Amino acid sequence: MDELIKYAPDLALGFLENVKLSIVGVIASLILGTVLVAMRVSPTPVLRAAGTVYVNVVRNTPLTLVLAFSALGLSDQLGLVFSETPTTNSFWIVAMGLSLYTAAFVCEALRAGVNTVPMGQAEAARAIGLTFMQSLTMIILPQAFRAVIAPLGSVMIAMIKNTTVATAGGFLLESAAVMKITFDTTGASIPIFLGLVVAFMALTMPIGFFTGWLSRRLAVVR
Amino acid sequence: MTTSVLFDAPGPRGRLRNHALTVISVIAVGAVLYGVYRGFDAKGQFEGKIWEPFLRWETWDFYIIPGLIGTLRAAAVAAVLALVFGAVFGLARLSDHKWIRVPAGAVVEVFRAIPLLLLIFFIFYLAPMVAGGGDYAFIAVVLGLMLYNGSVLAEVVRAGVYAVPKGQSEAAYAVGMRKNQVMRLVLLPQAVTAMMPAIVSQLVVLLKDTALGYIIAYVDLLNTGFKILPARFFGSLIPAAIVIGVIYVTLNMALSYLATWLERRSRRSRKTAARPVAAPGSAEVGVGAGQGTEGGGLAPDKPLE
Repeated sequence: MDELIKYAPDLALGFLENVKLSIVGVIASLILGTVLVAMRVSPTPVLRAAGTVYVNVVRNTPLTLVLAFSALGLSDQLGLVFSETPTTNSFWIVAMGLSLYTAAFVCEALRAGVNTVPMGQAEAARAIGLTFMQSLTMIILPQAFRAVIAPLGSVMIAMIKNTTVATAGGFLLESAAVMKITFDTTGASIPIFLGLVVAFMALTMPIGFFTGWLSRRLAVVR
Repeated sequence: MTTSVLFDAPGPRGRLRNHALTVISVIAVGAVLYGVYRGFDAKGQFEGKIWEPFLRWETWDFYIIPGLIGTLRAAAVAAVLALVFGAVFGLARLSDHKWIRVPAGAVVEVFRAIPLLLLIFFIFYLAPMVAGGGDYAFIAVVLGLMLYNGSVLAEVVRAGVYAVPKGQSEAAYAVGMRKNQVMRLVLLPQAVTAMMPAIVSQLVVLLKDTALGYIIAYVDLLNTGFKILPARFFGSLIPAAIVIGVIYVTLNMALSYLATWLERRSRRSRKTAARPVAAPGSAEVGVGAGQGTEGGGLAPDKPLE
């Protein structure tokens, strides 16, 4: 318990970085995922194919490889630099890798949602003369989003837990890296581990409950 | 294509517009690819020199194949252990005894909620304190994967048993079977069929997550291919990433196709009355999702027993 009290400020700062990564990741991956799903249902075969290839490749690549490649390959070797400060740069590199990775899962969740919208709705939209973009943005996606709130919540919870893999992208300020550093000095400490577990559960469990509640509230009754 | 209903069979103007869109998107996709190509080329990533090591047998013999074996070994051991863990805890959660059901439920919920890397770090640092010095990278990776994926599989087992229509166990009790017999002879054989796709999908997740071993220096494909190999052949980091990326994607896609095939098979299977179940917390959306119906509701094409 003493160790937890001693290292609590460091761990809290580390955890704050996980929260920041999560916020950036949620926003960026939702936007990217929506663009990807629009590509995957579009009438243009080239965009459909590009979206499909992207989603299948990214979903089957380990996140550790994505992040390590972003840091060592794209940043160090190819000179993709977001900031002159090394820690800020690695934060954004990790945020980018995490969002690009999560977007593929967001896309799949949304696509499953698009499939829950009855065919008659799309037919009716076409019958009153809406274009593809109009029927997508006014009829299909609003209903699809409602159907996938709970699964999207699961994707977001997974992403929040995945912020700990930031270590693989060379971002060493977040809580998993901080925990590793304290373990290097003190040896494994059960209180520190449990403290972080509780912190992550406090972050993810409300999301699960909230998205579950919201999905029931917003459910499209058919 | 269920999504093609979004747009009509195009008329002359629509066709023209689609052709224009196709041309624009070809240019856009091409521009992105060319930009990546130029970026790589400017840094000399297409020189034969840094790709040459991958044409030599010793590179594969000394680095890539041992790494691949490391990955597959960890995945195989963890998969077996996770299946056992999942079966034990999944059935324990279904127990009629509160003192078994509640602790099992707590274990499953907690291990599902912990970020896997934290769990692996913890085991990695705890093991030497408990069992003395040594290399615990393999054990930490395998135990971490077992606890996390085993917990998810426990939920799959529970969902699979619930997916068997209630009348089946009622009928089994009516003909005088005991609880144990109902589970063993009636529910589980049908549940396993319904669970197969979800189990295989979870094994893809498990295989992918072995790459976390890279962070604690477990000698897996990512480690030998991305850390050791580029250090040996200077400058070949990008080619190494591409080669091992292709290996990972191929492995996982093969497993995913197996899952899809199994799902299609169990959907039309007449040996089970249970519908295929999705892994809890997965991004899959059933037909009845969002309406709070358990197990996807009534299926119109449910086979008659």
